[in-house]
Amino acid sequence: MPKYVLIVDDVPNIVLSLVFLMKKEGYEVHSVSNGEEAMDAVAEKIPDLILLDVMMPRKDGYEVCQELRAKPEWKDIKILMLTAKGRDVEREKGLALGADDYVTKPFATQELVEKVKALLS
Amino acid sequence: MLQEWVILLVSLCYLGTLFAIAYYADWRSDRGKSVISNPYIYTLSIAVYCTAWTFYGSVGRAAETGVGFMPIYLGPTLMAALWWFLLRKMIRIAKVYRITSIADFLASRYGKSPLIGGLVTVIAVVGIMPYISLQLKAVSTSYTVMLHYPDLAMIQEHKTSIWTDNAFSVAMIMAAFAILFGTRHIDATERHEGMVAAIAFESVVKLLAFSAAGIYITFIMFDGPLDLFEWVSHYPETSRLMQLEVLPGGYSNWLTLTFLSMMAIMFLPRQFQVLVVENVNEEHVRKAAWLFPLYLLAINIFVLPIAFAGMLLFPEGNVDPDIFVLALPLTEGQNILALFVYLGGLSAATGMVIVATIALSTMLCNDLVMPVLLRMLAIQQVDLSRVLLFIRRCSIVAVLLLGYLYYRFIGESYTLATMGLVSFAAAAQFSPAIMFGVFWKDASRRAAICGLLAGFLVWFYTLLLPSFARSGWLPVSFLELGPFGIELLKPYQLFGLNMFDPITHSVFWSMLVNAGLLVSISLLDRQNTMDRIQASLFVDVYRHSGDTHLWKGKAMITELKDLVARFIGPLQSERAFASYSNIHKINFSKDMQADAELVEFAERLLSGAIGAASARVMVSSVVEGEEISPEGVMKIIDETSQVLEYSHQLEEKSIELEAATKELQEANRRLKELDRLKDEFVSTVSHELRTPLTSVRAFSEILHDNADMGQEERQKYLDIMVKETERLTRLINEVLDLAKIESGRADWYMENIDLTEVLGEAVTATSQLFRERSVAIIELLPTFPVTVFADRDRIIQVVINLLSNAAKFSPPEKGEVTVRLYFKEREIRVEIADNGPGIHPDEQQKIFEKFKQITDLRDGKPKGTGLGLAISRRIIEYHNGKIWVESTPGEGSKFIFSIPD
Repeated sequence: MPKYVLIVDDVPNIVLSLVFLMKKEGYEVHSVSNGEEAMDAVAEKIPDLILLDVMMPRKDGYEVCQELRAKPEWKDIKILMLTAKGRDVEREKGLALGADDYVTKPFATQELVEKVKALLS
Repeated sequence: MLQEWVILLVSLCYLGTLFAIAYYADWRSDRGKSVISNPYIYTLSIAVYCTAWTFYGSVGRAAETGVGFMPIYLGPTLMAALWWFLLRKMIRIAKVYRITSIADFLASRYGKSPLIGGLVTVIAVVGIMPYISLQLKAVSTSYTVMLHYPDLAMIQEHKTSIWTDNAFSVAMIMAAFAILFGTRHIDATERHEGMVAAIAFESVVKLLAFSAAGIYITFIMFDGPLDLFEWVSHYPETSRLMQLEVLPGGYSNWLTLTFLSMMAIMFLPRQFQVLVVENVNEEHVRKAAWLFPLYLLAINIFVLPIAFAGMLLFPEGNVDPDIFVLALPLTEGQNILALFVYLGGLSAATGMVIVATIALSTMLCNDLVMPVLLRMLAIQQVDLSRVLLFIRRCSIVAVLLLGYLYYRFIGESYTLATMGLVSFAAAAQFSPAIMFGVFWKDASRRAAICGLLAGFLVWFYTLLLPSFARSGWLPVSFLELGPFGIELLKPYQLFGLNMFDPITHSVFWSMLVNAGLLVSISLLDRQNTMDRIQASLFVDVYRHSGDTHLWKGKAMITELKDLVARFIGPLQSERAFASYSNIHKINFSKDMQADAELVEFAERLLSGAIGAASARVMVSSVVEGEEISPEGVMKIIDETSQVLEYSHQLEEKSIELEAATKELQEANRRLKELDRLKDEFVSTVSHELRTPLTSVRAFSEILHDNADMGQEERQKYLDIMVKETERLTRLINEVLDLAKIESGRADWYMENIDLTEVLGEAVTATSQLFRERSVAIIELLPTFPVTVFADRDRIIQVVINLLSNAAKFSPPEKGEVTVRLYFKEREIRVEIADNGPGIHPDEQQKIFEKFKQITDLRDGKPKGTGLGLAISRRIIEYHNGKIWVESTPGEGSKFIFSIPD
């Protein structure tokens, strides 16, 4: 049974690259383009890991993170946050809200894949 | 009837008691336990104002003019309200500069001028002469009344020759008394604690005596004041007095008397003596300012009842109203009460005479005799303190003799009150010089001399000379026709001014020339340095307070000590220097030189004894080397003022600094806000740059790591990378462009351009984009050139930006974009309208801000950088134009910019 990865980002080209990378690792992949859709998707099927962008229209990454951590049945979902804001304070905030790890855009594809693998193992 | 020896014995016993009190007070004061250092004694000593005139004369005046006696007490009450401002300052000045008399005060103020000191002394002596004679007349009359009443004939002709005239004996007894009180030794401070204690006691006695008579007459002879007034209203002669019309001269007279008594309470030499010189603590002024008016009220409360009672009981007019207060008890056979009243009158008279003669003798000695004497004798090495005492004693006798002569030759033709007013008018001559002197630095010496002299001469001509005429010493025609028949110079109607009574007339003219000359000459005059120094020391007394040292040279301490000893006696001198050495911790035993402060101390000691003008001459004779030149002194004083000015400036500076700090804080706040905005901008730019970079990096790594990828997929990813790279380039260009415009570093090529042609070019440049999206473009442009002064490339940039936005947001296939150029409100407008989704009103402003793109109405992100409209706005604003959007959601948008014609 392959792990299920949910990709949340509003930039189509980035989603495209993430989908490629995850599929290549053999994961089951689904992608949405904003926070609201992400919550719907999670409610539909609980993913093992979410690649979560921070800056999105309608409910940003932090809010999604917070809501996911609020429900006990979602506490096992691994969250890897992606953001284009490179400052330390953003990183701290994400981790404090319950993200498991954090990657800054532009990211190195190898590193991203390693982190996903580590979280899912 | 009382035996003569009883009256004499009681009188002498009373004077003996006074002397004992004075002696006790002096004794206490020598031991440093002053009995007079409290506001109550101070107030009672001020009550020396109430003389025999008050005691006998008020009733006399009330019998003539009803309430006409009141202004004399109203004036001081009004003046007391100003004491805290005027009197306190005078006291401070007198303390700091060791002023010992009103002559000394004025001389010091106007450049330590001996001429002013002498002038003031002459005015005071001549002016007070009638006043002293008034006291002599009162005492002698009251004595005669006590002796002969009710034999009125005897009272009328009690004076025959000098030797049987008891006024002469009274004068001589008083002189002896004043000598005993005032000249026991030369005091450096010229303060007389014993005298003050004695006159305070006298103030109590006269108040009690007058009140006792008042109570007896009002409540025992009559049935209280109401009964008395009931009687009064029965007779036309007395009921007349209840009205104000009986005032001679009416309201102008009332005002004059109030004014005169306001001046008199301050500037009569004896009032100056008790108020200023004898004051122990300037804080006492505070309490005296309301206690003294109270005393005046108390002593005047029975004046009208006694006057009425007298008029009712002696309707024939054969009893002089001035002696009602004595005659009434005597008529009733109340000899003891009468004796008490007589003592009250005696105390009123002696109090005045003692203080006045002591004050005058100090002035005569210090300001008239000493300057002459010092010049004549040069500076011989003799002990002058005995000489000083001798001069003062002679002065006292001389003053009283003058008073007696005036009384003997003039006094009979006047009532008590009129004689007093003549003196008041003389004292008022000092008021302009003093009051301008302590508040106005420009009041100059020459102006003061002219004012004083002119005022005095007018007073002399309009009040004193007529009194000689009325007594038969000058032809009466002098009064009625004027001197040599010149009508304009009639002393009571000078220059034809005939609307006033003699007193008002004299006060009017004398004060007019006095104050007028003082002010006008001061305004024209240039003061010399010495005068300016003294003026500044007086006017700014609260600032300088004697800290400014005016001596530069050195003197041997022994020499100074010897000098002082010669004037105030070796013992006094030794004592004064010892206390100085104690306070300043200086050891005089070694042969030391005196510093500036000690020299000044010696000068002040001396000026207490011989007046400021003479003291300066004496001290400069022993100070080696020059005294500081007047210019030097002025510099010192200026420096003091400069320091004050400087501190004032500092204060202003600190206020300015505070304001500057506030501005800085505001600026800092704005900077922080800007900084925050910049941070946000950088963060946003960083985000906007990272997003395309992320795609480029991700796909390039994917391509790199997946060599086995299909050709089609590879092509797709490469296309994405190219597009994102283009986007990155555009973004960087626009960010730089915007930064350039915002910082003002952009280059502008302003010229006259044809807007129609510019719009056409922009449409051509974007036609490819419109074709790609199948959006129609409609040009509604004029056929003639529209010239504006603008940067051609920038305007094209704006139009292209607006057109490509319109193309992007218009629905493909059905899209339609209209470009118009038209005139409205003196502006040229360019309008680009689309039929896209429209813009929500909330966002119509925001879209012109950096990185604010509309994303909600479409899926995903638009292709723009989010900077186009921000840059367009800056460009249009640079051309003094405006750019805005008009839109209703669902009905397309109109972007309009205007450029002023």
